[in-house]
Amino acid sequence: MNRRKFLTAAGAVAVLAPASAFATPDRRAGEVVVHDPWARPSMPGAPNGAAYMTLQNTGNRPERLLGGSSPACARVEVHEMSMAGGVMRMRPLAEGLVLPPHGEVRLAPGGYHIMLIGLRGPLRSGARVRLDLRFERAGRISLDLPVEIRPDAPNPHMGM
Amino acid sequence: MRLTLQRVVVLVSMAATLVVAAWAGHEVFSPPPTPPSAIGGAFTLTDMQGRSFTDRNLVGRPTLIYFGFTYCPEICPTTLAHMTAWLRALGPDADRLNIVFVSVDPLRDTPAQLRLYLSNFDPRIVGLTGSEAAVAATARAYRVYYRKVPLTGADYTIDHSSAVYLLDRRARFVEPIRHEATDAEALAAIRRVLGR
Repeated sequence: MNRRKFLTAAGAVAVLAPASAFATPDRRAGEVVVHDPWARPSMPGAPNGAAYMTLQNTGNRPERLLGGSSPACARVEVHEMSMAGGVMRMRPLAEGLVLPPHGEVRLAPGGYHIMLIGLRGPLRSGARVRLDLRFERAGRISLDLPVEIRPDAPNPHMGM
Repeated sequence: MRLTLQRVVVLVSMAATLVVAAWAGHEVFSPPPTPPSAIGGAFTLTDMQGRSFTDRNLVGRPTLIYFGFTYCPEICPTTLAHMTAWLRALGPDADRLNIVFVSVDPLRDTPAQLRLYLSNFDPRIVGLTGSEAAVAATARAYRVYYRKVPLTGADYTIDHSSAVYLLDRRARFVEPIRHEATDAEALAAIRRVLGR
């Protein structure tokens, strides 16, 4: 029981420590700031992955995330999940993701996400993945995403 | 004397009629719940070893049944991870359940693909697939909505109902565990059907 408690606590610290002590620094280009980008681990048999972040538009004009690319997968698209009447839907944002002036949009499980389509290899917890994003005004931002397990994207191997 | 008795009889009859009317009115004016018997029923699918698996295989133990697809990047992994956590929390009681994942994407979710994908989760989860017709019939029986939606090129996603359905020992529908339910709510529902 003590050992289990210790391991659970150690596990919790291991998950939380990267977020606090080694938080991925913000990346900026033009008037866009990318906060806290991360990817969830992939699983064998699941060819698509997902990445999340908060996008801030510090400027006076609307901005749009148009798409991106990554060496880790064949294609990158921006998708939106929505739930209506108990039915979950996923749709690509053909027009891109709008970032309103002086606004912020959060990409998080259950909502918007960057879909990494056709992964070339597994995304393992603890690894890093390169993701380049393309914005209408700001142009390209290169990101180096940590692959992490987070509570709102539960992983079967995580204690609950 | 007779008049008074008559009056009493009339008054009692009127009162009784009012009581019956009030009771009947309540039955008429409160909307009837969806009859549980309308959800579920016979199905014939294929398990991860390529063997036939029917609703009869469920009888004898309560069932958690979820409809999804393995190419789903978000919702299905999250739901299956939650189900894995529920099983861990239930301890030995988890062995008294059927846990079933039915693919609504039989084109890509072959038995081999289900084996690979479900290896990420609790080994007690049974993956089922089948012909398009068999899957469609099963989804219809369980009132599960699903729809194939094209993406870029040959890729597609599938909109689908996101609840986990709880069935009793006779494979009769009990209640849905909605996607938004907390783990505590899910475990309470499961324990109710286990009879604890």
